[in-house]
Amino acid sequence: MSNLPKRTLLALMCGVSIASTAVAPAFSADTVNIYSYRQPGLLKPLLDGFTAKTGIQTKVLFASKGLDQRILSEGANSPADVLMTVDIGRLDAAAKLGITQSLTNETVDNNIPTQFRDPDGHWFGLTTRARIIYASKDRVEQDSISYEELADPKWKGRICTRSGQHVYSIGLFASMISHLGAEKAEKWLAGLKNNLARKPTGNDRAQVKAIYAGECDIALGNTYYMGKMLTNDKEPEQKEWANSVRLLFPNADGRGTHVNLSGVVMAKHAPNRDAAVKLMEYLSSADAQQIYGKSNFEYPLMPGVDADPLVTSWGVLNPDNLPLSNIAKLRKAASEMVDRIGFNDGPDA
Amino acid sequence: MGRSWWKPTAPLAVFGLILCLAALPFSALIWISLSATADVWTHLISNVLPRSLGDTTLLLVYVAFGTVLLGAGTAWLTTICSFPGRKFFSWALVLPLAVPSYIAAYTQVEFFDFSGPVQSSVRSIGGFSSARDYWFPDIRSMWGAGLIFSLVLYPYVFMATRLVFSMQGASILDASRSLGARSGEVFWRIALPMARPALAAGVALALMETLNDIGAVEILGVKTLTFAVFETWLNRGSLAGAVQLALLTLFLVAGLIFLEKRVRRDRNYASSSRDRPPALIIPSGPKQVLCCAACVFPLLFGLGIPVWVLSEFALRRVEQLSDPAMLNALLNSLTVSIITATLATAIAYCLLQYARMANANRIGALGKLVSLGYAVPGTVLAIGLLVPLAGFDNWVDGMMRNNFDISTGLILSGSIFIIIYACTIRFLAIAYGMIESGFSKMSTNIDMAARALGRTPLQMAWQVHRPILSRAMVIAFLLVFVDTMKELSATLLLRPFDFETLATFVYDRASQAALEDAASASLIIVLVGLIPVAALTHLTRKV
Repeated sequence: MSNLPKRTLLALMCGVSIASTAVAPAFSADTVNIYSYRQPGLLKPLLDGFTAKTGIQTKVLFASKGLDQRILSEGANSPADVLMTVDIGRLDAAAKLGITQSLTNETVDNNIPTQFRDPDGHWFGLTTRARIIYASKDRVEQDSISYEELADPKWKGRICTRSGQHVYSIGLFASMISHLGAEKAEKWLAGLKNNLARKPTGNDRAQVKAIYAGECDIALGNTYYMGKMLTNDKEPEQKEWANSVRLLFPNADGRGTHVNLSGVVMAKHAPNRDAAVKLMEYLSSADAQQIYGKSNFEYPLMPGVDADPLVTSWGVLNPDNLPLSNIAKLRKAASEMVDRIGFNDGPDA
Repeated sequence: MGRSWWKPTAPLAVFGLILCLAALPFSALIWISLSATADVWTHLISNVLPRSLGDTTLLLVYVAFGTVLLGAGTAWLTTICSFPGRKFFSWALVLPLAVPSYIAAYTQVEFFDFSGPVQSSVRSIGGFSSARDYWFPDIRSMWGAGLIFSLVLYPYVFMATRLVFSMQGASILDASRSLGARSGEVFWRIALPMARPALAAGVALALMETLNDIGAVEILGVKTLTFAVFETWLNRGSLAGAVQLALLTLFLVAGLIFLEKRVRRDRNYASSSRDRPPALIIPSGPKQVLCCAACVFPLLFGLGIPVWVLSEFALRRVEQLSDPAMLNALLNSLTVSIITATLATAIAYCLLQYARMANANRIGALGKLVSLGYAVPGTVLAIGLLVPLAGFDNWVDGMMRNNFDISTGLILSGSIFIIIYACTIRFLAIAYGMIESGFSKMSTNIDMAARALGRTPLQMAWQVHRPILSRAMVIAFLLVFVDTMKELSATLLLRPFDFETLATFVYDRASQAALEDAASASLIIVLVGLIPVAALTHLTRKV
């Protein structure tokens, strides 16, 4: 055993020496540190544009969960300047957790319409995406389907969707609670559950694939997946899946189609605040909105900036004007509703 | 075991310190869980737990059954039967462990899905065009999850039991044979029951890894307790409630393991001496083919299918292989994995050696309890570590600022120290389980003989125990190495800027939940898993 402590010591020394080199100098004046729930690949064209314009470098730390808790724990020494995320729920949760700071900025306020900004200035949106219906070109004749209609028994065994606890589903269900009231929304969700063709599994692409395979005829999904599949040169079979469906905007003639946000917050203890403000101004600018919209087929929020031609070819988006704070508030209720009716168990046998 | 005859105090202090460090994240989690409001539980109890407890139990039963069948079965065959390829299988069967479970789930779904090669063949043979024209079992189901987890986790059982089978020695097996037991009977009635501590250790690891997984169960649509942990936290905004649920899971696991130990408490599983290895059985020709097929199955499905699917994706993206970022990630992965594996093995060995010498079973049990952190989802463990370490960093920073006007920043939580810390605690269970089953095979008579011959306790540990345990320790090192290579959820949340491991690289590239872009890096994770396996083969030949 005599040389085991030595070995341990050696390993520890090794660890510490590596650790000390890895403590990044995150405080240089011309760098913005970004914590992101969005993949670095997706942000790259945008951040390259920012660096080209301002000379400020960016660093991205990507994770799928828990970044807000990390910022909270890191406290005053947190290297994070901004947090980029999707879903209004996450933006709202970050503000509630107390890890954000209020930003009143004329450029941002001019570029991004009021309903996509936090009244207290703790977050603002960058792009929207709509939760729409993919319908089989061969097996669905209707040209419009409302969300409410998804509970109609005529769709029995014909609908596919991803997990009811996914943020995208929760957002939609929360909007249904807001519009219909809790009781009716629950009845609606139970009806939708009974119309499912299979247990909710897989991502949005997998739902389109299921329509292509003939497992179901309609599916819920986000708009941009269509663009991603249609332009996938590495997996050309995905183009085939996408070409087997049409994209229908639910409730387009009524209250509008459910949309959610991608957005950004400024961290409470942002060490490079000035540079971070410049980044936020840039993100709201027409240039950035165009790049962001193009690289992920989302809808820019700045009025007058057009979406990608591929996106506009799917039709005109009439977004539901429900205040996003309502959706954030009702997420918990929506999540409980999903469990209560056993949505994720799939249709009753 | 006899009375305690060795009561050192210095090792006790070291031991205590190690235990405290290992218990730190769990203490933090308990603290976090105390801030919860009760309304999370009314919902969980009436709408979530009845179903997810049932589903979790069923999945665990499937995985336990599957890993014993695949792991202990193939371990037995490759130890005791002579058939073509035996030597190859005796190391190659470890390989599926290198496939992360979420990659396994994703690739198996691709393979058996509508557009995969299997159903495409079914359609072209049957002349079908739509999925509604024919029936095909859906792998995104409970049984599919059981099978997929078993296929990548059976190597824990394989490694643990194979070690014990080969340590069991010839005399007892030969005796049972000469008393007329057929080879099947020798396996079920002698070898397997005698390997029970190892079997329990291997199965416990497989079950804990099943429990802590979130990636694969999400893909396969199985709502385990871990799924409920994440929906409570992320959708219902209650981290405290989520942590309570995670801790509850942990206590269930601890209870199960305690129960198993209690049942076999008074039995002795040690071999009396270092025996010659058991004689090989030479089965008839057709049976040899069956042996071969039994070993090919887990390899083909556990490793072959994932590698095939990944290669197909990777071949469309050959240019990624020359990405310097990937090489960098590989180096980071190797560094973290080697340090973690060394630390975890050393710590587990020290704890167990001390417990043995001091004859302190309670301390051994305490170590075991701490190592159960493996059953906690990586992200939750990461938060449990982040809170105290970042708190410590901020405290030190504040002190230094006040007294010396120097900012030390996040010295621990902002460096790779925290990643190594997290991985070591996370995988301590693996090293602990493997070395513990090695100890259980070593009779205490050896200790008495060594002491009677005048060895000091330390000399005994070094000159007598260590050589006998060396294989178990190598195996522990290897398993922790491979698992750290695969570790994703804790590393993803804890890493500093610009620090990628292969696993986080895979995740970064897997844009919009499509793993295709990450195929090359995934393949490399699997291939790097080959290195320690090759080293192990080399080492075991010498023993």
